[in-house]
Amino acid sequence: MAPVFAYAPAPESRAIVDIAPSYGLFIDGEFTEAAEGRVFKTVSPATEEVLSEIAQAGSEDVDRAVKAARRAFEKWSALPGAERAKYLFRIARIIQERSRELAVLETLDNGKPIKETRDADLPLVAAHFFYYAGWADKLDHAGFGANPMPLGVAGQVIPWNFPLLMLAWKIAPALATGNTVVLKPAETTPLSALFFADICRQAGLPRGVVNILPGYGDAGAALIAHPDVNKVAFTGSTAVGKEIARTVAGTRKKVTLELGGKGANIVFDDAPIDQAVEGIVNGIFFNQGQVCCAGSRLLVQESIQEELLESLKRRLSTLRLGDPLDKNTDIGAINSEEQLTRITSLVEQGEAEGAERWSPACELPESGYWFAPTLFTNVTQAHRIARDEIFGPVLSVLTFRTPDEAVAKANNTPYGLSAGIWTEKGSRILAVANKLRAGVVWSNTFNKFDPTSPFGGYKESGFGREGGRHGLEAYLDV
Amino acid sequence: MPSSALTAAHPLKDVAASDSALRRFLHGLPGVDAVGLEGRAASLGTRSIKTTAKAYAIDLAISMVDLTTLEGADTPGKVRALGAKAAKPDPTDRTTPATAAVCVYPDMVAVAKEAVAGSGVKVASVATAFPAGRAALDVKLADVRDAVAAGADEIDMVIDRGAFLSGRYVKVYDEITAVKEACGTSARLKVIFETGELSTYDNIRRASWLGMLAGADFIKTSTGKVAVNATPANTLLMLEAVRDFRAQTGIQVGVKPAGGIRTSKDAIKFLVLVNETAGEDWLDNHWFRFGASSLLNDLLMQRQKLATGRYSGPDYVTVD
Repeated sequence: MAPVFAYAPAPESRAIVDIAPSYGLFIDGEFTEAAEGRVFKTVSPATEEVLSEIAQAGSEDVDRAVKAARRAFEKWSALPGAERAKYLFRIARIIQERSRELAVLETLDNGKPIKETRDADLPLVAAHFFYYAGWADKLDHAGFGANPMPLGVAGQVIPWNFPLLMLAWKIAPALATGNTVVLKPAETTPLSALFFADICRQAGLPRGVVNILPGYGDAGAALIAHPDVNKVAFTGSTAVGKEIARTVAGTRKKVTLELGGKGANIVFDDAPIDQAVEGIVNGIFFNQGQVCCAGSRLLVQESIQEELLESLKRRLSTLRLGDPLDKNTDIGAINSEEQLTRITSLVEQGEAEGAERWSPACELPESGYWFAPTLFTNVTQAHRIARDEIFGPVLSVLTFRTPDEAVAKANNTPYGLSAGIWTEKGSRILAVANKLRAGVVWSNTFNKFDPTSPFGGYKESGFGREGGRHGLEAYLDV
Repeated sequence: MPSSALTAAHPLKDVAASDSALRRFLHGLPGVDAVGLEGRAASLGTRSIKTTAKAYAIDLAISMVDLTTLEGADTPGKVRALGAKAAKPDPTDRTTPATAAVCVYPDMVAVAKEAVAGSGVKVASVATAFPAGRAALDVKLADVRDAVAAGADEIDMVIDRGAFLSGRYVKVYDEITAVKEACGTSARLKVIFETGELSTYDNIRRASWLGMLAGADFIKTSTGKVAVNATPANTLLMLEAVRDFRAQTGIQVGVKPAGGIRTSKDAIKFLVLVNETAGEDWLDNHWFRFGASSLLNDLLMQRQKLATGRYSGPDYVTVD
């Protein structure tokens, strides 16, 4: 019996990132304490180690930040587009130069594997700033008529699953179009946004153009309700999205919402099986499934179900779960205890409803928040795990017999953010994609992002588009 | 067809009854999405193999090398030197494993056999009108018998790419079974597809299955004589094929990427592909080989560096 090819640990050094014991709010180009003096701790989900103590924004801080952004708006919006582009290009280059530091930081604060922050998040973050920097002096040619005007102050609230990437999606188009920004990062992942504040200073960005307010939901609510905010952009849960819609109804604020999803990954019997298995894995286990456009419902044609599931289970058995800083880790930690509880409870319901649960043999670390990759078979549309967004590494497998049935089941959800089609037949890709009610339809791939491509949802997955030329519209008075 | 590894009772035994039956079978295999395949190969290439895992991988890679010389200018002296090196790759460190085999042209088999006598190193020979394969079957079979008679332990045959590409699958199948028969019980058969000439991944998967159905003991990417030889993607694809073939038939077939693998880093990436695709059952020189000539020296230099902490350079390994 040959010895096993066991990979030795290959941890990325955390020495490259210097985390201060405490951070303030970033308002008008300065780090300041919160008006009410409140602070909260941010922890590493993989170890539960306290990383830093963060000032917690309240409504008074929101008011200060919005006022600073309003003052800055006068000058910033009056700059020629080419001048704004210079700042954005500078920010993009600094992000590239500091990408290893930011990747380690993001992994520490979020719990996702360094492989993902290094190879997916950070390159995309820089790409978004580069892309929108390119638009800043070409807005006249973006298809919205001559000289489209910025809206004013943008209040932006982002989630914890892609802290820096969601920041880039929000801030890059806002600044390119001449708006100023007050952004609230999630309470479990404030650090990369605060490092971004430092990057803004490094880039010489004028005071008040970008303000960062770490805090909880109350700060987000205050920001969205603030009368002097002209544009609201939110990425997060559908429940909070609905509250936001109620808050801004009747005001003149423009809104975009990127909410939940329950994406269908449809595998036809003529699919490239090995690549489909990779796509399924990438669709649901990327970032521990904590992705709004995750392919969390696998719809597989009945004739190949057995073969596909066998391949999928074998593939899941090779996934490596553990220290997110290890370069060989595929599955990192769940972002917070609260999220872990939610996943656990939904999975227990799935079992109680009679679906069959399977996980590969997998040892979970003793401290931190962990959940093994999980697969549910014998799932039907009537099961809650086929309807609710779990936002964790849990895949529900359903079957279908005909393309029409696949489309009907894929669309039979309150959400409509993403879908995937796997088939070798080009005409089927086009025919099925046209019938799917989802903002993004990937074919023979999954979870591929690009700044030039618009992203957004149907139905309860929200409205508005981010990315691409379409992403400019949300920040322009058109 | 006694030489085929499939027994008379096996459900797959009749797939080669006619060109159309064989075509239906081969074209019914799952397709290959090129972007996805190359993406997966690239992502496995980012595995970080350090310290103990690296030491293990380097020794394993050395033991899997088919140390190769396939030049028109080959001489007995050159082949003897190669054989000596295969048996004791690093004279300064006796713990270095021997390579799996030396790979030579048929007329050099006897010399090679003598050079590696007693070392456990196998002699492989590229018979069948290597590298083009453009000769009559009789000529190819004579080439094989000649090499086997001279003592070759392994025969590396090239398929008729022209026949394959024009859909004459049965011709390719029959040639392989005939060569397998000529190998007898003493030599293992490696079937070379020349993946660079097959051009599409779908073709490579079909060729892999065709080779295995016809009784190949090993499937091998290429001759090393064309522009594109072994790549992580085509090797990954062939590993999937042997894995699936074993799942269906119970028969295990080896894989040999050849040509263009020059550095330890590359070799380790291939071992990661083996480990995470076919699995550890293939992590052994009975089931996986590297067809290479310059790879061994880089493996030896990396091995010395791991042992001593210093990188000594090319003058500290032999030039054969």
